[in-house]
Amino acid sequence: MPKLIEIRDLSKVYERGRQKVEVLHHIDLDVDQGDFVALMGPSGSGKTTLLNLIGGLDAPTGGSISVGGQRIDQLKAAALAKWRASKVGFVFQFYNLMPMLSAQRNVELPLLLTKLSGAERRKRAAIALQLVGLADRASHKPTELSGGQQQRVSIARAIVSDPMLLVCDEPTGDLDRQSAEDVLGLLRVLNRDHGKTIVMVTHDPKAAEYAHRTHHLDKGSLVAPAELAA
Amino acid sequence: MKYLHLVWASLFRRKTRTLLTLVSIIAAFLLFGLLDAVRTSFAQAGQSANGAARLQTGSKLSFIQTLPLSLAQQIERVDGVKAVAYANWFGGAYQDPHNQVFSFAVAPNYLDLFPEIAVTEAERKAFAGTRTGALVGEKLAQRFGWKVGDRVPLQSNIFPDRSGSKNWHFDVVGILHATDKKTGGWFDQMFMLNWKYFDETTPYNQGAAGWFVTRVTDVNQADRVARAIDALSANSDHETRTQTEQAASAAWMKQIADIGLIVGSIMGAVFFTLLLLSGNTMMQAVRERTSEIAVLKTIGFSSRSVLAMVLAESVLLLVLGGLAGLGLATLLIPVVSAGSGGMLNLPAVGAGSWALGLALMGGIGIVVGALPAWNAMRLNIVDALAGR
Amino acid sequence: MRWLINAGLFVGLVVVLAVWVMLPWAGALALAVLLAAWLLLARRGRQALSVAHVGISTLTQRLGSSGVIVVGIAGVVGVLVSLLSMAEGYAETLRKTGGTDSVIVMRGGSASEVSSVLSRESIALIQQAEGIARNDKGEPLASEELVVAANLPVKGGAADDTGSVQLRGIGERGWAVRPQAKIVAGKSFGPGLRELVVGQGAARQFAGLVPGGTVRLGAQTWTVAGVFATGDALESEIWADGTVVADTYRRGGSRTSVTARLADPQAFKTLKAALESNPQLQVDVTTTLDYFSKQSEGVTKVLRIIGITVGSIMAVGAMFGALNTMFAAVAARAREIATLRAIGFAGLPVVVAVMLETMLLALLGGVAGGLLAWAIFDGYGASTMAAGSVGKLSFALRVSPELLWTGLKWALAIGFIGGLFPAVRAARLPVTTALREL
Repeated sequence: MPKLIEIRDLSKVYERGRQKVEVLHHIDLDVDQGDFVALMGPSGSGKTTLLNLIGGLDAPTGGSISVGGQRIDQLKAAALAKWRASKVGFVFQFYNLMPMLSAQRNVELPLLLTKLSGAERRKRAAIALQLVGLADRASHKPTELSGGQQQRVSIARAIVSDPMLLVCDEPTGDLDRQSAEDVLGLLRVLNRDHGKTIVMVTHDPKAAEYAHRTHHLDKGSLVAPAELAA
Repeated sequence: MKYLHLVWASLFRRKTRTLLTLVSIIAAFLLFGLLDAVRTSFAQAGQSANGAARLQTGSKLSFIQTLPLSLAQQIERVDGVKAVAYANWFGGAYQDPHNQVFSFAVAPNYLDLFPEIAVTEAERKAFAGTRTGALVGEKLAQRFGWKVGDRVPLQSNIFPDRSGSKNWHFDVVGILHATDKKTGGWFDQMFMLNWKYFDETTPYNQGAAGWFVTRVTDVNQADRVARAIDALSANSDHETRTQTEQAASAAWMKQIADIGLIVGSIMGAVFFTLLLLSGNTMMQAVRERTSEIAVLKTIGFSSRSVLAMVLAESVLLLVLGGLAGLGLATLLIPVVSAGSGGMLNLPAVGAGSWALGLALMGGIGIVVGALPAWNAMRLNIVDALAGR
Repeated sequence: MRWLINAGLFVGLVVVLAVWVMLPWAGALALAVLLAAWLLLARRGRQALSVAHVGISTLTQRLGSSGVIVVGIAGVVGVLVSLLSMAEGYAETLRKTGGTDSVIVMRGGSASEVSSVLSRESIALIQQAEGIARNDKGEPLASEELVVAANLPVKGGAADDTGSVQLRGIGERGWAVRPQAKIVAGKSFGPGLRELVVGQGAARQFAGLVPGGTVRLGAQTWTVAGVFATGDALESEIWADGTVVADTYRRGGSRTSVTARLADPQAFKTLKAALESNPQLQVDVTTTLDYFSKQSEGVTKVLRIIGITVGSIMAVGAMFGALNTMFAAVAARAREIATLRAIGFAGLPVVVAVMLETMLLALLGGVAGGLLAWAIFDGYGASTMAAGSVGKLSFALRVSPELLWTGLKWALAIGFIGGLFPAVRAARLPVTTALREL
């Protein structure tokens, strides 16, 4: 499989006041197209930072990231926004849906950035909702949905503009067992049947089992699984 | 436009807060509508096209001094004069000396010079034919409940009849309507009586005219004709001062008060407090929505579009409240005027006020939304998502 | 059940406001003292005080939203007091002009001096009437006066921008009947000459009214001999010799009015009876106080109505601003308030505390607005065409203590309403809110 993501010598340094904190040290990582990758590690290990960089939410201080052949570390903020709109879908731990919009409208949000007509947008949003099994909840507001349902709406939003990459930050962190399994099962379907590449940060080993491979981070560097046991 | 529902939903995210803020905005623009209507009516009074072609000639000494009637024929002969009429202040009051009635004794051809006063042929004939006849403005008639055919008593504060009594009686033979309410609204409050009856009944007038009204043939010649008219009486014992009706009205209004300044100051204070109030609401609103704004940015909305959305929200807030406030003023004014039975004659909210109001809504909306929009634009996605 | 309580609240609110509107400042002071006593001595009162203390000490964290209340109310009070001070100043100027020890006699049924006409014979009869004071020479202290209008160029206007000023031609004893009038520059007019002595107010508004200056009255040139001051409405007039004015205005021997001093204030009744029952005369006799006060009625009423209307609309705006801020404040502190209630603080102290906080802010706003209005507008010169006169009346805006108290009352009322509903909401917060994640 061709590589979707190529990361070379990636570093990220944050400045907190006058202190400089190096959160990621010289990371090398490849992700194949169509792969389902989990990133694990203790808190403070930099996994969320790595995820943000892969998703184009932040820029590295050193090294390079290439996604789908595009060197996103070289894009400016406005260009990154455009890139994200068509290439990446995000799923967060706390769903982050707009509380005042219905599920349908929430899912349509990314499509507002396209030139599609209103009817087209509604159609695609409906398809996405159907895919996640919530077609009958299209008109409900987030407050009327359970945690698991909200997360699935969030996934529908993430895939509605048909991105090649799905970036998930602790997608089951706030869910009960059953809902978590529903969500992970959905991600597996999206990966296996629809070819979406998924990079998922999680601290739950059971969630990582749904992925094809798992990378471990500790104090900003990738470590081999063998070293973890020690 | 497709973003409208998003902006609208964001605005009403906290219904109570938005509604309360809206009421304050409505109050501010209601006040604006009322005050600006008053300001415009003062500025517009007497500024009609007809007024530009009419000259007023009064005594240079003072406005209570009279002029010889013979001046009328002299004025008529001046080049550029189309017609001349004269009138005298009657100083009428109804029932109480302090209940002033806008009353004049007018020459037979007076109404010819005021085409904007509507009155039927029949009523004009009746006025000419009835010695004690009176033509009454419709609002004035409404105020005191006078109808055609009524015999109304009017006191004159200044002129008694030959027996020394200040009580006069008139027969209402017709109702006057102002055709242009904006510039000639006061015609509805007039009381016209026949000059001949006036002059014959009181011993104190002795054939004098209070002032002359002249219609010029060419509006552009008005100033020249005015000077020519004044030249007729130069160095006599009855020197005159002639101005266009427009200039005379403006000067009179200025004497009452600098309405523009007063209205401007009040609205300045009102909008300043409004700025603070809505600004606070918008700042709070944006502060609460940092994670939502961050999500929009992750989805791919550019920083500039986020800025635009917050600005749009703020302008929408102002426009909603402003339209409602101005609308309320527009509705309320005729109701109040009607309800007072013609006593209060408030001017309506005109197109100019609406235009100014809309500009203010937009302007204030942008100022109020500027800082929150800026903050939203510069929001750091990563920090916001992490809750920092 | 809930709506019954709400309705009851509403009725109670109306009653409280009605009482508040009529309360003099002494009554409010008494209330304040009672409140302070309750806060310091009663158990519930002390609870309220401690809750309020927490709220008020965190005000600085909420400067923006607290500022909304203060500025909003300051705006209302500032505008209200400024507008009402116009009415105050106007009425005051006219009220001061008259007294109970002098009278004005005019032809019966005249609304003002300008529209009255008295013949020479009438004047003679009036001056001899009983009740009028006399000077050492035994002459009656009465001045027959001719009040007319004159067109003069206004200061700061174009060359032919004229305004109307009230010209008073006074009799020989014109100065004697008005002891409050003093010459402050130049001297009085010479009898029989075309000379004027101008009031300070008139001098401010019209061009050329300085000692030695000249003005044109119609076709004649008059000289300004001096400037006088009276501290009241008469300062907006210009005075001259009555006979010369009568000549210019072709009035012959008639005048418009007679102003006279009473031998003593009680003499008014006798004088009035004597003159009004005289079959040869048709006159009205009023004290100068009554005359000038009546002149101001119409305009003052209009100015007051305008002030109160504008103020009321602004007050609604400010009140909803206060509601907004306080609802948000209560919501933000919902956990703390619910925790207090869980601990044992009763509902009433919470309500009182929230209202104290709101009314403190309102008080600040009211004081700020009142002071601002006073600083900018007290003594500010204004002028308008006065009713009953034919000249522009100069008057100074007057921000009186009563007016400031009215402004403060409005501020506290707005604060009261603005704080009441959020306060009740705070008291009704379910205690379980303290235990729940917000």
